[in-house]
Amino acid sequence: MPFVEAIRLALKQIWVQKLKSFFTLLGVMIGVTFLIAVVSIVGGMSRYMTDQVVGKIMAVNSFELRHRPNINLGEMTEERWRELRRRPRIKESDIQPVADALPPDVKWAAVGNDNLSAQSKYVAKPRQVLAFTVTDDYFDVKKMEPVSGRLFSPQEFERGMPVIVIGQDVANYFFPALDPVGRELVVRGIPYTVVGVMEKQGSAFGISFDKFIVAPHKSALNRYVNAHNVIDAIMIQTPSREGMLSTMETVRQVMRARHHLRPSQKDDFELETSDSALEFWNKIKSYLVFAGVALPAIGLVVGAIVIMNIMLVAVAERTREIGIRKSLGARRRDIMSQFLVESATLSTVGAAFGVATGFAFAKLIAAVTPLPAAVELWSVLVGIGIGAGVGIVAGVYPASRASRLDPITALRAE
Amino acid sequence: MSQDIVQDSLEAPLGSTAERQAVVGAAGATPGQDWVIVTRGIKREYDMGGEVVRALRGVDVAIRRNEYVAIMGPSGSGKSTLMNVIGCLDTPNAGEYWLNGTQVSKMSDDALARVRNKEIGFVFQTFNLLPRASALHNVELPLVYAGVPGDERRRRAKEALERVQLGGRIDHRPNELSGGQRQRVAIARALVNNPSILLADEPTGNLDSATSEEIMKVFESLADQGQTVIMVTHEPDIASHARRIIVLRDGMVHSDERRSAFVEKLGLPA
Repeated sequence: MPFVEAIRLALKQIWVQKLKSFFTLLGVMIGVTFLIAVVSIVGGMSRYMTDQVVGKIMAVNSFELRHRPNINLGEMTEERWRELRRRPRIKESDIQPVADALPPDVKWAAVGNDNLSAQSKYVAKPRQVLAFTVTDDYFDVKKMEPVSGRLFSPQEFERGMPVIVIGQDVANYFFPALDPVGRELVVRGIPYTVVGVMEKQGSAFGISFDKFIVAPHKSALNRYVNAHNVIDAIMIQTPSREGMLSTMETVRQVMRARHHLRPSQKDDFELETSDSALEFWNKIKSYLVFAGVALPAIGLVVGAIVIMNIMLVAVAERTREIGIRKSLGARRRDIMSQFLVESATLSTVGAAFGVATGFAFAKLIAAVTPLPAAVELWSVLVGIGIGAGVGIVAGVYPASRASRLDPITALRAE
Repeated sequence: MSQDIVQDSLEAPLGSTAERQAVVGAAGATPGQDWVIVTRGIKREYDMGGEVVRALRGVDVAIRRNEYVAIMGPSGSGKSTLMNVIGCLDTPNAGEYWLNGTQVSKMSDDALARVRNKEIGFVFQTFNLLPRASALHNVELPLVYAGVPGDERRRRAKEALERVQLGGRIDHRPNELSGGQRQRVAIARALVNNPSILLADEPTGNLDSATSEEIMKVFESLADQGQTVIMVTHEPDIASHARRIIVLRDGMVHSDERRSAFVEKLGLPA
């Protein structure tokens, strides 16, 4: 029997028994709904982590030389903790040798940061801000632009003038309804003139990325951000991804030489990329995806059992029909494929409904919770594919039973 | 012309069972062009919970193309089993069965399905139409399994329905049709694939006498057009419509006569 014919027959059968079909499909539908919903939410979170969180912390094609990893999301053992504590800090004196070793088209910036209390004369209460001191290329690497005012001039960098650029939250809090440019913000008793307000950086998981102030590395602020002669990181950005790996190797060799490490010793510094920052997330994600697939799988197994039962009932109910078809020349495989296509169609229809409800579910969750959701095409295809697969698996036994019915007995059935 | 062949095969005096078999049965018939059905020593036994039921105990039947034959017998005589074997729904335990010169007694399930599709058109007592399908779709079914493409299928199914005067009812479902109309849909379905034999099992069993007459007229006209018709019935007046009547008893052929002899014996109006 032609395939299209079989599908048409199956759809007709489903339509004739709408309510029964609905209950039959419920298991598969719920399974696929959860599959789509979980995959969408995990996918959405993943995109959010990559674009919003790590992307905000780390610039493109860049890595940071640090003494310890900045993003400490991995499992922390006692041993690793001790090893991290023994590491020497990155020093002011490391900046020049590292910078000298870099290829000419590579941008870099020394960065220090700490939480400091700041105050302005327009607001009574002081507030914590994330204070950075940076060298020349910092804004270039981070692709940050001011929305009002300007960035630092080379002279301001060179002389370590008391100037800052500030984030949106800082501007809003300390300078309510005022233009912050040209006004002063006091940190540790020293006034800094605001020369620029940076564009909004957004937030992740409710933590704002706009609570920062940035001053030149040589300014007085550096004293409060970094301990004497020490910096937090050197941020290095290469024009291409391939360049990044070789540049990382260059920096590694410079630092190993400077720390007098023997070949057998491990690095006592960190070269952190956005990949290493994402590593932990990827691990969580794999657990989530596993759970997101394993739980719906239970639904699908139940769905498969229901479909198998319903198909067995269908075969029993339609024994006479099978007998008639056989007497008219249907071969075993015709009967087999008729019932297989029927159960596969049934289950695929269920899966399609499941995709739709899963989609709606994901959107609903995205709407009422801060969790983002992104429905991915592959999950839709996998959902429908699984639906068809469940139907085929569940249909094999009933269909083969139908196909092996003896035509004479089948014709006599009531 | 068809009449001549029948006459020819039955010209010999049909007296005792032994004599008749010598003429019409295994000895006389060789599987080939003229003989659409030849059976030799067909045996069929069933195991009914440890008890062996011998439904057919060696049946020799030969039927020529274009014959109109009734198979009669009381219940338990084996006529249904013989019909199932002839219709390729069942295979014998022993003996040989040639259909159109091909031995089908040892064919596989799928091969038998093919033979049923191409060579045999069934008409059942209970019509056996698919209840939810239209008359047209019911008639199309054998063509679906023959792999005939959709357009041609519908055309041929329509033609077949027109042949049984149901051209105006093609979209009706079985429950919207009278018993006689349903049986005519079944006949159209049986004929749509141009089978070698039309095999009817108690075709009038569920019909009133007026409608039975109507259906018998359909068979009559099909036989006149050259269609080989084999009809299983237990009603002598229905059997008397056929031109040759084979009577089974206890799983064996009891008598095999032309209509005239049969009618005379029973005292039915000729």
